[in-house]
Amino acid sequence: MNAESGQRRRERIDRGIKVRTAGLYALMSWRELAYLILPRLVLIVGLLGLPMAMPGMYWQRVISIVCIYALLALVFDFLAHFVGLVSLGGAFFVGTGGYLSALLNVKLGLSPLLCVPVATLLGGAVCTLLLLPCLPLRGVYFAIVTLMYPLLLARVIEALNILGGTDGIMGIDSLPSAWMEQYLVIVLVLVVLFGLRRLVNTDLGLVLRAVKDNDQAVRASAMNVTFYKSLGVFIGASIGCLAGACLVHIYMWAGISTFALDFSVLPIAATVIGGSGTLVGPVLGCLILVPVSELLRDFGTLRIVFYSLILLGFTVFRSEGLMVFGQRKYHQFERWKSI
Amino acid sequence: MDILIYGTINSVTLALYALGFALVYGVSRLPNFAHGAIYVLSGFIAWSAVNTFGLNYPVSIVLTMVVTALIGSAIYLLFLIRVRGMAISEIIASYAIALAILEGLRWGGFKGMTYTLPPFVSGSTSIAGVSVDYQRLLVVAVGAALVGFLWVFTHHTRIGLALRGMAQDERAALMLGIDSDVMAVVAMALGSMLASLAALLLLPLGNIVVESGYNVLILAIAVCIVGGIGSWVGAVLAAFLIGFAQILTVVYLGAHYQMVVALLAIILTLILKPSGLFGQQKELEERV
Repeated sequence: MNAESGQRRRERIDRGIKVRTAGLYALMSWRELAYLILPRLVLIVGLLGLPMAMPGMYWQRVISIVCIYALLALVFDFLAHFVGLVSLGGAFFVGTGGYLSALLNVKLGLSPLLCVPVATLLGGAVCTLLLLPCLPLRGVYFAIVTLMYPLLLARVIEALNILGGTDGIMGIDSLPSAWMEQYLVIVLVLVVLFGLRRLVNTDLGLVLRAVKDNDQAVRASAMNVTFYKSLGVFIGASIGCLAGACLVHIYMWAGISTFALDFSVLPIAATVIGGSGTLVGPVLGCLILVPVSELLRDFGTLRIVFYSLILLGFTVFRSEGLMVFGQRKYHQFERWKSI
Repeated sequence: MDILIYGTINSVTLALYALGFALVYGVSRLPNFAHGAIYVLSGFIAWSAVNTFGLNYPVSIVLTMVVTALIGSAIYLLFLIRVRGMAISEIIASYAIALAILEGLRWGGFKGMTYTLPPFVSGSTSIAGVSVDYQRLLVVAVGAALVGFLWVFTHHTRIGLALRGMAQDERAALMLGIDSDVMAVVAMALGSMLASLAALLLLPLGNIVVESGYNVLILAIAVCIVGGIGSWVGAVLAAFLIGFAQILTVVYLGAHYQMVVALLAIILTLILKPSGLFGQQKELEERV
């Protein structure tokens, strides 16, 4: 107990208001209510208001792409930090969902409003079935398989010259109105974001997190690990396919580029930058990363260099990400303490 | 006969791609996803040593290998050392390095058909009626020698044994005085050197293109996974398996299927026998 050693350490303490708002007492005052609601309100109003703040058609389209990537980043974050499966295959989900929706629309003539939900569920089921055999694998192997699937499917489509081959499927109907095209994806991001946050706190979410932390314990509780993993994958894959289906109807074209590595790498970069395991972080990361990479489009492939360097920097040097940092500043204060 | 000879050459090519990756991943458990990028990078280093700085070819070969080894160790010391042991971060970080190198090269104007290295030996001969150029024969010879050398290296030298010790039980190795970071640097340097050797041997057969970086990585992973981690016999056998399968599909189905074979091999192996054909370790650990 030598208080005069001259050394200091930093101490983090929860703010009083955080403790007060943890329970029902949050309802007692406007200040506490605001403390809880304000951050969420900023996000919701901000996202909904974003298209109006954009200067033109081009940047409104960029917002839609941001939302597509945000959905994928949410899937990555959910699978990696709440189910324990690191999926490097965002492109796999996008490609499957996109092609399915395109086929339903072009071959069967269904309306886009019907295609998207059907492609979502069907795509989720297809992806889950294809990934099912490697679900018992742990660690990096699932990551490698998910990385390989989109490459494989792209090569198969190219080699067999099916589904339009290298030209892709053209003449896909767009969504009924421009207004809807803009807001559908934004609303979907918000619904998925808050839905997933609900989900991870339910009993099912608890089991899923247990699968991540200690699968032997789950097994010892007489629960089927593979079943819960496949359920998690189904939820994630469905959301990924939803993103793909929306993308196809926005671009009115489905091709091999829906299996491109961009859809796998950028969401991961966004998650790492935004803060992994927070679910809000990935959305924030996409909001930063996609417009920046859009601005750098003139520099060609330099933008890939740019965002891979950001990814490298954040993974290696600042692995907590912006949102974890922000939440800490919001909920806690720091002070120096001599030891 | 065609199939036999070109299958063998293709298999040895695959083995050369994979050796560096196998040394780093199988031996020091560091999935170096920058392997393909290092392969392409060393091709460009050799090209600029010869054409920009005007060095003669043997000097620039040695120089390239040394520089690549230094780059490999620098990658470990600057970046990967901080995420050691976190498998996913290792993959993401090394893959980001690979993307940065490859897309940086592409942006720097290294594209198109103009970049080629001269072969070591020119001319060709015919074996059993099939004409084969000397460079391809050299590839087979060096590949075979290298596999033998690596087997001896990892089984009968102090450094090689230390590397294997790290792979099998890191804690026990640490207790016996093996510094894990030093060993990982050694592994990365050697692995990068092997990648550059493969590049110098194989690139004269074609053009230096950035895209091959991704393919080399996929093929290297395929060979390592099918063969099983940490087993040289498995790696060589897997190289032959995939190599001949590729040549057979090219002959009977079409060139488009070449990569499909490798990707299918990875997925099927992981599904059916995740520890690979000859990987004895870790079989139980990987499944739940």
